[in-house]
Amino acid sequence: MIETDIIIIGAGPVGLFTVFEAGLLKLRCHLIDGLPQPGGQCAEIYPKKPIYDIPGIPEILAGDLVDDLMKQIAPFKPGFTLGDPAIEIQETENNHYIVTTKSGIKHKARNIAIAGGLGVFVPRKPPVPDLKKYEGKGVEYMIKDPEIYRGKNIVISGGGDSALDWAHFLADGVANQVTLIHRSQSFRAHPDSVQKAMNMASEGKLKLLLDAEVKAINGNDHLSEIKIKSKTEGEITVTADNWLPLFGLTPKLGPIANWGLKIEKNAIQVDNATDYSTNREGIYAIGDVNTYPGKLKLILCGFHEATIMVQSAFKRIYPDKKNVLKYTTVNGVNGFD
Amino acid sequence: METIINITVVDREGTEHKLEAPTDMNMNMMELCKSYELPVAGTCGGMAMCASCQIYVLTNHVPLIRSEDEQAMLDEAWHVEDNSRLGCQIQLTKKLDGLKVELAPYVEEESDDDW
Repeated sequence: MIETDIIIIGAGPVGLFTVFEAGLLKLRCHLIDGLPQPGGQCAEIYPKKPIYDIPGIPEILAGDLVDDLMKQIAPFKPGFTLGDPAIEIQETENNHYIVTTKSGIKHKARNIAIAGGLGVFVPRKPPVPDLKKYEGKGVEYMIKDPEIYRGKNIVISGGGDSALDWAHFLADGVANQVTLIHRSQSFRAHPDSVQKAMNMASEGKLKLLLDAEVKAINGNDHLSEIKIKSKTEGEITVTADNWLPLFGLTPKLGPIANWGLKIEKNAIQVDNATDYSTNREGIYAIGDVNTYPGKLKLILCGFHEATIMVQSAFKRIYPDKKNVLKYTTVNGVNGFD
Repeated sequence: METIINITVVDREGTEHKLEAPTDMNMNMMELCKSYELPVAGTCGGMAMCASCQIYVLTNHVPLIRSEDEQAMLDEAWHVEDNSRLGCQIQLTKKLDGLKVELAPYVEEESDDDW
């Protein structure tokens, strides 16, 4: 059991900054996120896009903002459970909460700050008939152990870096045959990666089917063939042990909806007049995941919400302790040993 | 007011919504739909990175020329037709007065509950 003062669900920019503001009040934090890296949307969706509305910073790439936030919170030594989404919240008899992740890791604290943004990132799934039937039986959206594809016939769909990177890897002596299917002639992936795929195709290591898409999947208990519609070649049937549709990730509110919180239009209702508390005492919601009259989904608003919220969390943990607002300019940042 | 144009959006149930759209607020079609609380997610906020604002253009107002990023995203989206555009990439200008579009099916919401 991991024990801390505030469990932060969501390691996006707002979740990260919460660690800083909590740290100034000597509160320790542990962050949980379904993504394997911190940064949330900033890291997963648009790391190379500039942000212009962080006060005092005229322009910063989303990925750099995450790096800077990680530096800013380092003195407060936050814990991380990454690549493992929070699934369940239980309340204990003595007013603590236990948050359990998908893999079963348990975290205990008096307070929870949900900074879950748009929710949990899940794979984008193509609308192909019977897709669910073959999930785990040949259809995989994430590659956890590439060894299981050794000697197999693999079909990959997608035009982004993930699709191309795995096509390169599996076609280089792992799988028996790799077919990469993409609906266009151009790719979203990095040009070097595209060139590498073209080279592997001309060497006969990788089969490229462009201007084509998967229309149907078949098999008995397990996937065995894939029907493809190609602009140039018409209908093609390919024998396949596995189909890897790698179309990136999309956020979903997911388990947050099951935590007994008041939800309005895919967001958690909070009390913005006081401390961004939800209808469950000790559970707060900050950043894009919350809603209240006049809500703006902006990083800078989330930073404000985090700052107000930790004051309330402090009072819950230390009801009798005096607390005064201290300026970092006067006191500096005194991290944890 | 001359800065207001009229746009029709057909939702996924086939209902037509007549919208009055300002041309002086630097808005795009995705944002317009959201401001009228039509079911458009706009997940990525307008960066042509999610395709949740895909629409079909039903009139000849908008050139069906897509930006490079928009094309790349549509290449990996579903239910894409020749008249598909991403709403976030269509800026509201006076030329669009009388535009009619239809919302593309939203597949993400059906796709799963298995986090």
